[in-house]
Amino acid sequence: MTQPNTPNSDQIFSSEEITSEPDVKWRDTFHLFCANRAALLGLTFVCLFILVGIFGPIVIPADPFEMVAMPLMNPNGQTLFGSDYLGRDVFVGIIHGARPTMIIAVTATLVTVLIGITIGAIAGFYGGMVDNVLMRITEFFQVLPPLVFAMVIVAVFSSHIVVVILAIAITTWPTEARLTRAEFLKIKENEYVTASRAIGDRNFRIITKIILPNAMPPLMIAITLRVGITVIYEAALSFLGLTDPDVITWGKMIGQSRDFFFEAWWTVTFPGVAILLVVLCIALIGDGLNDAFNPKLRGR
Amino acid sequence: MKQAIIQRIFLGIVMITAVIILNFFLLHAAPGDVVDAMLAEGGGGDPELAARLRASYGLDEATHIQLIKYLGQVFRGNLGYSFYYDQSVTELLLGHLPTTLMLTISALVLAVVFGTLFGVYAALKPKGIFSNFVTVLSLFGYATPVFWLGMIILLVFALYLPLFPAFGIRSLPEPEHAVGRILDIIHHLVLPTFTLAILYLASYSRISRASMLDVLGSDYIRTARAKGLSETKVIFKHALKNAAMPVVTLAGLQLAQVFSGAILVETVFSLPGVGPLLYESIVRRDFPVILGVLFGAASTTIIANIITDLIYKYMDPRIQSIT
Repeated sequence: MTQPNTPNSDQIFSSEEITSEPDVKWRDTFHLFCANRAALLGLTFVCLFILVGIFGPIVIPADPFEMVAMPLMNPNGQTLFGSDYLGRDVFVGIIHGARPTMIIAVTATLVTVLIGITIGAIAGFYGGMVDNVLMRITEFFQVLPPLVFAMVIVAVFSSHIVVVILAIAITTWPTEARLTRAEFLKIKENEYVTASRAIGDRNFRIITKIILPNAMPPLMIAITLRVGITVIYEAALSFLGLTDPDVITWGKMIGQSRDFFFEAWWTVTFPGVAILLVVLCIALIGDGLNDAFNPKLRGR
Repeated sequence: MKQAIIQRIFLGIVMITAVIILNFFLLHAAPGDVVDAMLAEGGGGDPELAARLRASYGLDEATHIQLIKYLGQVFRGNLGYSFYYDQSVTELLLGHLPTTLMLTISALVLAVVFGTLFGVYAALKPKGIFSNFVTVLSLFGYATPVFWLGMIILLVFALYLPLFPAFGIRSLPEPEHAVGRILDIIHHLVLPTFTLAILYLASYSRISRASMLDVLGSDYIRTARAKGLSETKVIFKHALKNAAMPVVTLAGLQLAQVFSGAILVETVFSLPGVGPLLYESIVRRDFPVILGVLFGAASTTIIANIITDLIYKYMDPRIQSIT
């Protein structure tokens, strides 16, 4: 629906206007997004979360690994969200956990998307044998249960944060690859792609400058939702203890309280609510983008 | 048709071979080998003995020869030996996979059936309360970590309202009658299955609502209505089948993901499935078991994919291949 680079028939004759007024549709999308209250709420909260990630540890400099109270103490005046089995403050843990959660989620998503878009674009653009081989490889990665594969990678190599990020990316890129490929297959049939080829554009330019921008709307939605999925994914890995031992994350807080949560509900509930809220708000943004890009499909 | 089946099965075998090759290289990348594990269990490390053992296991041969030997071994059903459990990995897997598969499949079936029904019902009144409920449910289904949901469900339905058992798959002592034993297992599986199913149910209900809305606007539904068919017949006989297709397709593709979810749920509910086995083995660095689980999970998915693919072809002859 949004094809920012497509000159339609009456624009062809006034090409100066096209250059002076770029991407009108993107502006429409922006307005539609801003009119969506749920999406703005989500965006606001995500911004808040980012601020907590950046400034939280500065405002509350307490060490999240330090024992500050009696073990498994109820939420009270001293510890807002109670203390865990080692007497560590759950609230301080949540504040300090925001930053690693954010960094891992964003980096892992970027790597995932980079791999996925590259493979999907090449497969969709070249088609034929290249497509066939790349899609078989994609399928191969899809039959490996993502979490199991990621656990194996972390167990075999190390639980360093870089390995965790790569493990997440290696196990999840096929979704993005398939989506990109499908978009490329659709878009490359358009006349403006043929036109670009006719004037002698190189393949690399056609892929990155002509097709990719037109494939962006569905990809942007997918990328937004991918950030949320990655937050949960990373939480699952740290829940299982497969994460950097020096870093505190929300998933790790839940995992470490596994043997005690019947006595102390707060040790798992609050970090879980933190994950839930952040991902929920990312989902609201994703929904808002979806509605803004496809106004006709609103509410599905 | 026959050729397609053979092709599909051939592709499956190629995939399984690829998984084995991947496993081989991961096993090589892992710190320590079988001999180290054996010596560690035996409590001694004599380098001369280690060298002799390595030679007897063929570990001093060139990589490609080891790979071919490994492939042959795995195809004969030998996935290596766990010195910690003192059992072959194949036996360990066969002991643990059924629980995981039972959990995965029952959750997936529940999610598909109820997800589709929810979606269809919501599509009948797209602006109604139930439709909004589906939207909210799907948002939460996307945003809730499954292991955390399991813990919260445990807190509520096993601790505060002690309706269901919190751990394991069997009561001790076991009920005497066979029927009692089966009911006991079902009783233990209710919460884990529900935990796993609800998240997928949430997303499926939204997808089936979207596809149902599409289908309800199509010509053949108008024709069916124009023929004077009752609304029930239009929806259940004509629309439902086509509206359910995207959900079934997605469920087939998501099998590997649901399997991953099942592993987390098992860890939370202490079910004797692959999850706790994998967790324990990772803690103990028991690599033959870890890679055995990867192999078992992947080949299960491959086989299940072939089966679903064939079912599709049977159900809808227009489909050449879902991939």
